Amino acid sequence: MKKLLTAFLLTFSLAYLASAQQHDHDHGTETHDSHNHDHDGHDHDTHAHGEEGHAAHDHAHSGGHAHTPGEDAINSCGVVTHHGEFDPGALAFHHISDQNVYNIGPLQLPLPCILHSKESGIEFFSSGKFHPDYHGTGTFAYNKYVLFEGLVRRIQGDFPSGLVEIGHGALGVVAETIYEEKDGKQVEAGKKDVVYLCHSGAKLACDNKSTLDFGVFGGGLTSFTDFSITKNVVSMFIVLFLMSWLFLSIAKKYKEREGMAPKGAQGLLETVIVFIQDEVAKPFLGHKWEKFLPFLLVIFFFILGLNLWGQVPFLGGSNVTGSLSVTFVLAIMAFLVTNLNGNKHYWEHVFWMPGVPAWIKTILTPVEFLGVFIKPLTLMLRLFANITAGHMVMVIFVSLIFVFSKSGESVIGGYGSSIASGLLTVFMMAIELLVAFIQAFVFTILTASYIGAATEEHHHAEEHH
Amino acid sequence: MGGSVAALGMGLAVIGAGIGIGMIGSRAMEAIARQPEAVGDIRGNMILTAALIEGAALIAIVFSYLVR
Repeated sequence: MKKLLTAFLLTFSLAYLASAQQHDHDHGTETHDSHNHDHDGHDHDTHAHGEEGHAAHDHAHSGGHAHTPGEDAINSCGVVTHHGEFDPGALAFHHISDQNVYNIGPLQLPLPCILHSKESGIEFFSSGKFHPDYHGTGTFAYNKYVLFEGLVRRIQGDFPSGLVEIGHGALGVVAETIYEEKDGKQVEAGKKDVVYLCHSGAKLACDNKSTLDFGVFGGGLTSFTDFSITKNVVSMFIVLFLMSWLFLSIAKKYKEREGMAPKGAQGLLETVIVFIQDEVAKPFLGHKWEKFLPFLLVIFFFILGLNLWGQVPFLGGSNVTGSLSVTFVLAIMAFLVTNLNGNKHYWEHVFWMPGVPAWIKTILTPVEFLGVFIKPLTLMLRLFANITAGHMVMVIFVSLIFVFSKSGESVIGGYGSSIASGLLTVFMMAIELLVAFIQAFVFTILTASYIGAATEEHHHAEEHH
Repeated sequence: MGGSVAALGMGLAVIGAGIGIGMIGSRAMEAIARQPEAVGDIRGNMILTAALIEGAALIAIVFSYLVR
């Protein structure tokens, strides 16, 4: 049990550090003109926080016009701060990305922010300093940082340090087109969402946090890095403590009930653990299964726990395994364990496959070498894509209610779609439960298969390949 | 034009997944019909293989949306 816990803690702390590089999913190729924040959290009944349309939307604009339903609210710099139309895509993106505040229903918990920038070094403060409203947009700026839609951004340009009030309606996002130099002309190279702050007549751009995706997903290195304890990190902590409590209490029970039949949670988990041992570890790892079993169990239960945590609607719906950074770390762990335990025959098979003619080797070696990296990459992407797709589908099904009821205008549409969407959502949640188990299992079994391939003894006869 | 090409890519990826999982399903049904007592083993392996194919399709879907 101690090995299990150590492995757990190690994986978890690396995942925490890596989730600092989690990129913000907050961009799509469509414009963000209709970027409404009808936040249901993950309440899948039609329990509304007065969010039907904008009728009950108490959104005092100090920096813009009085807000009429159905119209965009534009602040004094000309940036749209509150969109008239409901945009389910943007809402879905917001719900699957990491946040610096933890929203549980109507309750908003501020989380510690640990930010590092080249100018000011490391800063440590609570995101409560931003005084965020329900949407996670702050009404205060602190040390040139602002909170917009749950994520910390850094103000670029001239701005006073310390706590500065910016009021409502000061922050908005603009979909800007990026231009590229091509044959001497400026050519459109896609759109990027830039957050702007409007303060005392100045329009200042705000940077997103640095991500390690090298611009592939619209991220990249920016002026600051965010090491905060975000929603994902808090969820990982909670799942860690829950799992530790569960497994440690079961370990204690085994000692107490030595020689007796397992009882209660002990029986349930014994079934699962023995299943992993007999169906995953032993067939794939041969006689070395005991050495790798704790690692496989950690992988399985950590992923399962995080998947299930994200499925519960009343706990803020944190999408932990649906964040590339967490799955990246899990894949890195699998990669390290596989390759650090690779024996001579494994490396021989990668670089110099025995038994094939030399000219095939020139093709096979680069392919096999790439395969060493691509296999963990697919592990990472499979888990990320499955869980994120599930979360997005959830949010979209609930958004259907708002779309069909035209944000509160059509009552028949509202009732009809609530019933239909409710049933659909329940059905999808059942599937997502299955997916949670299956993805954890698939990750584990593939990791076991890779480790088995790396540690396999040489069985082949000379002429067989 | 960029948006619709991404949607096209997603649709193509799902075609591949649909065909693959359909084939697994049909072979699994045949296997169960041949040997009904192996239902447990067959069902487990069928779900596992379907998950792997699904993984590839979902990777394609997610990438076609996020990468520009």
